[in-house]
Amino acid sequence: MEQISKDFSELSTQLTGMALDLEEEMRQSKEDKLDLSPQTCRRDSVLSGKEEEDVTMDAWRMHQKHVFVLSEAGKPVYSRYGSEEALSSTMGVMMALVSFLEAEKNAIRSIHADGYKVVFVRRSPLVLVAVARTQQSEQEIAHELLYIYYQILSLLTWTQLNHIFQQKQNYDLRRLLAGSERITDNLLDLMARDPSFLMGAVRCLPMAAGVRDAVSASLQQARAKSLVFSILLSRNQLVSLVRKKDQFLHPIDLHLLFNLISSSSSFREGEAWTPICLPKFNSSGFFHAHISYLEQETDLCLLLVSTDREDFFTVSDCKRRFQERLRKRGVYHALQEALRTPFYSISQVGIPDLRHFIYKSKSSGLFTSPEIEAPYVSEEEKERLLGLYQYLHSRAHNSSHPLKNIYFTGPNENLLAWVTSAFELYVCYSPLGTKAGAISTVNKLMKWIRKEEDRLFILTPQTY
Amino acid sequence: MEFLPLKIADRKDMAQRKMWKEMTVTSDGHHLNPTYVYKVVLLGSMAVGKSSLAFRYVKNSFRETMPTVGCSFFKQMIRLETANIMFEIWDTAGQEKYHSVCHLYYRGARAALLVYDISRKETFNRAKLWLRELEKDFLHDEIMIILVGNKTDLVTEREVTSEEGKEFARSKGLLHAETSAKSNHQVTDVFMAIAQKLLQQEQQKETMPVQSQSWKKSHVDLRAPNSNQIKKCCKS
Ligand SMILES: Nc1nc2c(ncn2[C@@H]2O[C@H](COP(=O)(O)OP(=O)(O)OP(=O)(O)O)[C@@H](O)[C@H]2O)c(=O)[nH]1
Ligand SMILES: [Mg+2]
Repeated sequence: MEQISKDFSELSTQLTGMALDLEEEMRQSKEDKLDLSPQTCRRDSVLSGKEEEDVTMDAWRMHQKHVFVLSEAGKPVYSRYGSEEALSSTMGVMMALVSFLEAEKNAIRSIHADGYKVVFVRRSPLVLVAVARTQQSEQEIAHELLYIYYQILSLLTWTQLNHIFQQKQNYDLRRLLAGSERITDNLLDLMARDPSFLMGAVRCLPMAAGVRDAVSASLQQARAKSLVFSILLSRNQLVSLVRKKDQFLHPIDLHLLFNLISSSSSFREGEAWTPICLPKFNSSGFFHAHISYLEQETDLCLLLVSTDREDFFTVSDCKRRFQERLRKRGVYHALQEALRTPFYSISQVGIPDLRHFIYKSKSSGLFTSPEIEAPYVSEEEKERLLGLYQYLHSRAHNSSHPLKNIYFTGPNENLLAWVTSAFELYVCYSPLGTKAGAISTVNKLMKWIRKEEDRLFILTPQTY
Repeated sequence: MEFLPLKIADRKDMAQRKMWKEMTVTSDGHHLNPTYVYKVVLLGSMAVGKSSLAFRYVKNSFRETMPTVGCSFFKQMIRLETANIMFEIWDTAGQEKYHSVCHLYYRGARAALLVYDISRKETFNRAKLWLRELEKDFLHDEIMIILVGNKTDLVTEREVTSEEGKEFARSKGLLHAETSAKSNHQVTDVFMAIAQKLLQQEQQKETMPVQSQSWKKSHVDLRAPNSNQIKKCCKS
C-alpha cells in the first residue's frame, strides 16, 4: 500500500499548482469565528425580518443556500434568488452587521443558529454572504464564496474592480455585471453537485492513453506565439491541456473556465473571442479566449487562451490546424467513441460492497470518480452523497484537528477517507460491510486505479 | 474599463484585411469571379437580437439565445453573378463590461448593423450613443451604417415607430431597416443590400481609382493575383 501511494505521488501529471493557498486563506479566516449561542441568535431575526418578508414567499426561504454579494458601501451586487433590488434592504442590514463587528475589531466570519449558518467573506471592496441550511462546514461555505469572488474577478479583474470603487465608493456594480448573472448562478448550481470544487481538482474524460496523447500532440502542434493554454474539454471533463512552459493553470481558474463554457449555449454558434481574467494566474489583466465547439452536436469544446487580443485570426487558425492534425492522425473517431462513455461504472472495479469513490492525485490537481449509481439515483440522494463527502472532507481538513484516516458508519452507508501527502481517497460502501473489510478492499481499489491510471488521468502533459 | 493598448503593427494588418480581394483561379489558370472579404459588425444594446439576426442569416433559423460573451465570429459566403462575397460577421456583446473592447471588434469594418429593439425605446436612444462612438472611429464614407429596428413581430409592444427610425436614420445619413429575426422578416435582405452596396463601391473604385483614396487610415490595396495570398493574410 505504501508503495502504491508513493507511486502515485510520482505521477508526473504536473498540470497545475495546488490549491494550497486557498486552503491557507481558509485557515486564516477560521480564527475569527463567532459561535453565537441560542440567546444571541436574536440577531438572526434581524436577517429574516420584515424587509425580507416583502420579497419572500415560503419558497424563497426554503432554499438550501442563499448567496449575496454586496459592496462595502452596502449596495447589492448579486443575489442568488430574488432580485437584488428587492433584497437591498436585507443587504444593508448585513452590511451594518459586518461594519458593526469590524468596528469592534472582531471581524465577523460566521453566525451559527438553529438549522443554518451565516458565513461572511470579506474581500475588499466586496462582501460575500451565504445563508446556508446545508450540512457544510463554515470553511466549505467560505470556500464557495471565494469561488464567487473569483468568478467576479474573472469578468472584471481585481485591478479594475478596485479602481472602480476607489473612484466611486457607492458605485452600482450590477451595471457591469449585467448579463453575467447566469454564470454565477451556474457556478453555484455546479458547486452543489460536482465534487470538482470540493476536491479543488479537475476530472478527466476517460480515454485510451494513445488517443489522448495523439490529441495532446495535435494541440501542441497547433500552437501560436501568443497562446498560453490550449484546452480541450467535454462537459466539464478535461480531455487535454497543453500549456506554455513554466506556466501553470490553477484548478480554480480552470473551474471558472469550465463554468463559463457550461453556463452559456452561446458558444455553440460561431467562434467566441472574449476578454477573460484568470484571477489565480494574474488578477490584474485580461487574456483573450477563443472558444468554439469542434463540431455541431458534439460536446467537444476547444478553448485557446491568448495573451494578445489582436490575435483572433492567428488563434482561429490554430483551431483549424488542430482539427486537421486530428484527422491526419485518425483519432477523430476514437475521440467520438470516448465521448460516448464519459463515465465508468463502479462494477468495473470488482469489489462487491463498494458503491462509489473519489480519488484525487494531489500533484496533478486531477481526480477520478465513477458514475454515481443506485441507490443514489434521485437528485436528493446524489446531493446527500456529495454532502457525506463534504462532511468527510471537512473532518479530514479541519484546521485544528486534521485527520488522515476516517471511518464513518451511517445508517445507509459506510464511508472511509484517507488523506496522504500524495493523494486523497474517499470511499463509499454499502452499510453491510465492516471496517476491517473496507480497509482490506482499499488496497484492491488502489491497485485498480493504478492499473487504469493512464486512462483516467493525463500522465504525460504537454507544453508548447 | 480599459483593456491593453493596441499594437500598431497589427493595426496595419487589420487595415489591409478590410480591402482584401481574392481571385479564384481554376486549374487551367482562368480567373473566376473575384471574392471580396468584408467585415461586418453588429452593435447595439443587450438583448436587442444581434445574435438572433446573425443566427437567422447564417443558419436560417431562430432559437432562444443567451447573452453573447465578448464577441462571436461567423463567416458567410455569398455568390453573386459577378463576384463572391465573404462576410466576416462580428456579433458583439451588448453588455456594458465589454464596451471598451468593442472598438477592437469593429475596427476595419466595412458595414455596421446598429441594432435596436422596436419594443424598447431605450435601446433606440442607446443606438444614438453607439452611433457617436462609431463616428469617432470612422469617417462618414468609410463605413456603411444600417440602423436596424428588430423584433417587428412584437406589433402590440412597439415603442419606436417606423417613422421615428427612418427619420433619425435620414438625419444622420444612415440606411434604415426593420427586421424580425424570429419571423424571418427582412433579415437576408439587409445583408444582401450591404453586399450589393459594397460591391457597387468596389466597382466605382475600379473605374475611378483616385476616389478610393478617401480612406482615413492608410491602407495598401492588395489585389491578390491568386488565392494563396489571402490565406497568408488570414494567418498573419
Ligand atoms: N420576438 C422576438 N424576439 C427576438 C427577436 N430577436 C431576438 N429575440 C429575442 O430577444 C432576446 C435577445 O436576443 P439575442 O439575439 O441574444 O440578443 P443580443 O442583442 O445578441 O444580446 P447580447 O448578446 O446580450 O448583446 C432573446 O430572448 C431572443 O429570443 C425577434 O425578432 N423577435
Ligand atoms: Mg448576442
